[in-house]
Amino acid sequence: MKRFLLACVIGFCCWGGMAVANEAVPTENDPVAQKRAMELAAKLRCLVCQNQSIAESDAELAVDLRQQVREQIAAGKSDRQIISFMTERYGDFVLYEPPMKLTTLLLWVGPLLLLVAGMMAMIFLLRGRNQAAEAAPLTEAERARAAALLEGRELPDRKGK
Amino acid sequence: MKKKLLLMIPLAVFFVLAGFFVVGLDRNPREIPSPLIGKPAPVFSLPDLSDPEKTIASQDFLGQVWLLNVWASWCVSCRSEHPLLVEFAKTGGVPIVGLNYKDKTVDAQLYLRRYGDPYVASAMDADGRVGIDYGVYGSPETFLIDKQGIIRYKQIGPINEKALRETIVPMIKELKQS
Repeated sequence: MKRFLLACVIGFCCWGGMAVANEAVPTENDPVAQKRAMELAAKLRCLVCQNQSIAESDAELAVDLRQQVREQIAAGKSDRQIISFMTERYGDFVLYEPPMKLTTLLLWVGPLLLLVAGMMAMIFLLRGRNQAAEAAPLTEAERARAAALLEGRELPDRKGK
Repeated sequence: MKKKLLLMIPLAVFFVLAGFFVVGLDRNPREIPSPLIGKPAPVFSLPDLSDPEKTIASQDFLGQVWLLNVWASWCVSCRSEHPLLVEFAKTGGVPIVGLNYKDKTVDAQLYLRRYGDPYVASAMDADGRVGIDYGVYGSPETFLIDKQGIIRYKQIGPINEKALRETIVPMIKELKQS
């Protein structure tokens, strides 16, 4: 039952996603150009409703920008030219994937830095634990009791003393 | 001692994060810095709202400091800045050019008749293409353009008295002298 429900949910999500994608760029005669336009639109952020791409948004500006993308593809512009057309007007903010720059360096290498810091902390902590465990040899009395326990001369008590 | 210092690390991390959040609270995510500042204002040539036979071109204003105000009759916050614009048109000493963004001619004309017309002229950008060239993503927006046709400042959202007094007027003064 659970599996069936899960399959339903996944199926529904995919179907929903496809419906949105199809709506975003009305069918054109050229399927290749249409695919390009959809991919580009999905990379560009709508500035009016900032958590949607211009492919997903129904805002008027998004409609206009999708139109721009389609026209520029029809005019033979490359993806890079279209992206730079957008960033010249709206800044890097329009891109979902920020470009690698000095100001965005921390954004890009941040996760790596955190990983390295985490690994270093782990190594440090584990080493400390090993050293703590090595110490304290048994006393003479403890040794005798351990021998007695092993040979069955004495029963271990419940308190674990 | 060492252990105590180690225990302080989460606290330090907390304070750094809290610092970022406090700064973030005060920021407006809708104000996206324009890449056009310091760049030449995009060239346009559009029909005049008052007489569609005539055209208004950005080149007409070369040699003077001017404001380009993006507005529309459907834009609610445009109305809130409108009285200030009408007032500033009389006293500001710079021409205010309107960019009538994605509007219907009749609606726009009616709007100006009803609320007053602060513009030396309004260019009709019916399909919003010039708006895209200027990176407009929500009206009202206002651009301050210098004598060489370079964009010097962009006001996102309605102009208020504070922005006018503290930013726009001093910049106009400075740009007029240069």
